[in-house]
Amino acid sequence: MDRPVYSEAGSAKGFSLLPAPPAHLPLVEGSKSSHGLASLFSFWRRGSFKRGVHPAPHKGTLDQPIKRMPFPRKLILPLAQHIGKPSLPLVAVGEEVVRGQLIASCDGTLSAPIHAPADGVIEAITPRPNTRGAWTDAIVLRVYEASTQEVRCNVTQDIDAMDQAQLIAAIQKIGMVGLGGAAFPSHAKLNVPTDKQVHTLIVNGCECEPYLTCDYKLMREWPKELMAGIRIAMRASGTTRAMIGVEDNKLDAIELIRPHLPSDGSITLHAVATKYPQGAEKMLIKSLLGLDVPNGGLPSQLGLVVHNVGTLALLGRLLPLGQGLIERVVTLAGPGIKKPGDYWIPFGTTLRSILEWAGDPECKEREVILGGPMMGQAASTLDIPVSKGTSGILVFDKRMLEPITKQSWACIHCSECVNVCPMGLNPSQLGMLSAKLEFDEMAEHYHLGDCFECGCCSFVCPSHIPLVQQFRAAKAFLRERKPL
Amino acid sequence: MQLRASPHLHSGRDVPTIMRHVVYALLPICGFSVWQYGLSSLALIVTVTLSCLFAERVSNKLSGTVNTLSDWSATITGVLLALTLPPAFPLWMGAVAGLTAVWLGKSLFGGLGHNPFNPALVGRAFVQAAFPTAITTWAPAFTAHRFTEFIPSSLTLPLMQPNDISSWVASNMVDGFTGATPLARWKFEHFVYPVQDMITGAASASTGETSALLLVVCGLYLIARKFMDWRIPVAVVGSALLLALAFRLFGGDEYPPAHLVLLSGGLMLGALFMATDMATSPVSPRAIWAYGAIIGTVTIMIRYFGGLTEGVMYAILFGNALAPLLDKYLQPKVFGARK
Repeated sequence: MDRPVYSEAGSAKGFSLLPAPPAHLPLVEGSKSSHGLASLFSFWRRGSFKRGVHPAPHKGTLDQPIKRMPFPRKLILPLAQHIGKPSLPLVAVGEEVVRGQLIASCDGTLSAPIHAPADGVIEAITPRPNTRGAWTDAIVLRVYEASTQEVRCNVTQDIDAMDQAQLIAAIQKIGMVGLGGAAFPSHAKLNVPTDKQVHTLIVNGCECEPYLTCDYKLMREWPKELMAGIRIAMRASGTTRAMIGVEDNKLDAIELIRPHLPSDGSITLHAVATKYPQGAEKMLIKSLLGLDVPNGGLPSQLGLVVHNVGTLALLGRLLPLGQGLIERVVTLAGPGIKKPGDYWIPFGTTLRSILEWAGDPECKEREVILGGPMMGQAASTLDIPVSKGTSGILVFDKRMLEPITKQSWACIHCSECVNVCPMGLNPSQLGMLSAKLEFDEMAEHYHLGDCFECGCCSFVCPSHIPLVQQFRAAKAFLRERKPL
Repeated sequence: MQLRASPHLHSGRDVPTIMRHVVYALLPICGFSVWQYGLSSLALIVTVTLSCLFAERVSNKLSGTVNTLSDWSATITGVLLALTLPPAFPLWMGAVAGLTAVWLGKSLFGGLGHNPFNPALVGRAFVQAAFPTAITTWAPAFTAHRFTEFIPSSLTLPLMQPNDISSWVASNMVDGFTGATPLARWKFEHFVYPVQDMITGAASASTGETSALLLVVCGLYLIARKFMDWRIPVAVVGSALLLALAFRLFGGDEYPPAHLVLLSGGLMLGALFMATDMATSPVSPRAIWAYGAIIGTVTIMIRYFGGLTEGVMYAILFGNALAPLLDKYLQPKVFGARK
């Protein structure tokens, strides 16, 4: 394998340290980059950000390929699987649908359509628990027992012939949303307003959450699709280069992607420090480019647009085929899972049917987490379905529930939380203010709004104070009182 | 089904673990002082610690809270307080110091984490005011019968003034013992103590402050295990050293040499184990540096220009008082802050 040339080489493993950006880049005015003196020192410094934590990785099934599991008998498809307006159902109760068929259309620009994940018949359109546990309208699909996992409902399209607007429309049409967790409609993110210009696509392959391996496996198995997706996203957003950031604990994925990089240098690959929350977009931008996204601002202000590797790999796969987004890779892990691994799981599969198949029936007192352990949500009921934003399903047993629930102490001002907060906040002070319900003070003088709830503060707190949990409550209170 | 808000993981570190390791780090210092001063030192450490634990338990009962002895913080207060007292200090006075430390310094404010001042130093400040003679009566180390008999003043009956120990000192004459600390001998005689004596523990001093070297080693253990913020001792010692060098350089022989400033008195003990008390030190980085620098500076000011020979205790109490203010005005720099 021929090794691409990097401007610096110095790490023990001979791997990519952050190269200086190519000189031809149209950098947006006001942005700075690691030129001059700083670039002299970049050779021994792998891209990183300040503070953060190092939880144990627990990435268990790295050697296994992505697998499939049998279809469940019923799929629950909430109409709001994404940020924005819920989709509008196009099917009636009793109607038969084919795997891949469009069953709900988008409602306006900030919305995404839904396709049938399996052959079957529409049983009901009725409120059901969504991913957050709230009851919202959902399409209930009874799956035919003989349903094939092949997708037959698609229209191959020539994406090379499309212009920017057509590409964005096509991306919306397949129902693509951000698969990193937020489920923000991808076309809306790529559709940069005309008054703004973006020059760089940041591809987020960090997957810094412990346990999760779904992005890693997609990078390993679908590097070609990933490159195709990156090119589509670059064209749709009008960016001229792309930077893929991967944590340096996934060097084998880097090796597998490397041969697929184009020779013109428009797509570059960078190993960044393995540290939580490296996958937060602000942190990744800091690590790759040394730039701070201004608080309250978006990466587009720096001319950047950030997408997750999983999103782009699926985009590169589905868009040329004209297939809808009907399933995703989900990591099943934790002590309460008998068959851990990464699976292609159709949207709408309930936690109950997954755990019946893969869970440990002995594990009674358990916590089921949707997403990663640091930012994921505990499921209140097993009727919750996997939706577009679900990256992992973790089942923690009684043993893992103990450490946090045992006992808590008063804040001893140990400054651990200040030493780990990636946003440079003072969680200790915020915690004391929130205990006194002084939410306004928190927002006005202690930058509550900059907290993106990564949970580093609660992770390290030796007094076991639920810091980020309090901040979330405080933010919710302020939001409700004063809608933004 | 269990429900918790994220994060669902925890580093596993808790308050008792931190406190327990601080006690571990203090044990070699206790051991060294027992080796130096024998029974009196051992009895003093045990008495003061037990009085602190007793005071903590009584506070728990009175306030109806859970038993907080298990968080080890009262143990730290007791051991640290004992280490700041002179070895010949009467045991009953030590007990008074312990009770004051916990009740006045900690329980009154709501217990661990709520106290504005380092409890051990509150106890020490109280007995310094209450028993000015006893707290400046120094005993010689390495006396012949230290493991079989107490220093006479240790066993003073409660509420009694201690016996004069000068005749006992005379009978146990150790070469060159004058009963004055290195700092006092500088202040009143301009005598420069040999460095060797201040490292091996031969100088007159409080129970735990005789060996600067041992203190540093024990502090490094806590720093290596991340149970202590290294910035505080670096700032305290660094600022004191800079000032001492500057005074020596520009002020001449009127001021003591820098090594005397660093190795004598409670500077090392204070910088490593008192100023670093988590509950009473600031949390944001710039505030931590400022806090350390203030303590180092005030120590030098008190020692050079004040009436006392020793200034670390009041300097740290002063720093404690400023800590919340420093945190308020020197907040951490927020990521992406607009200029």
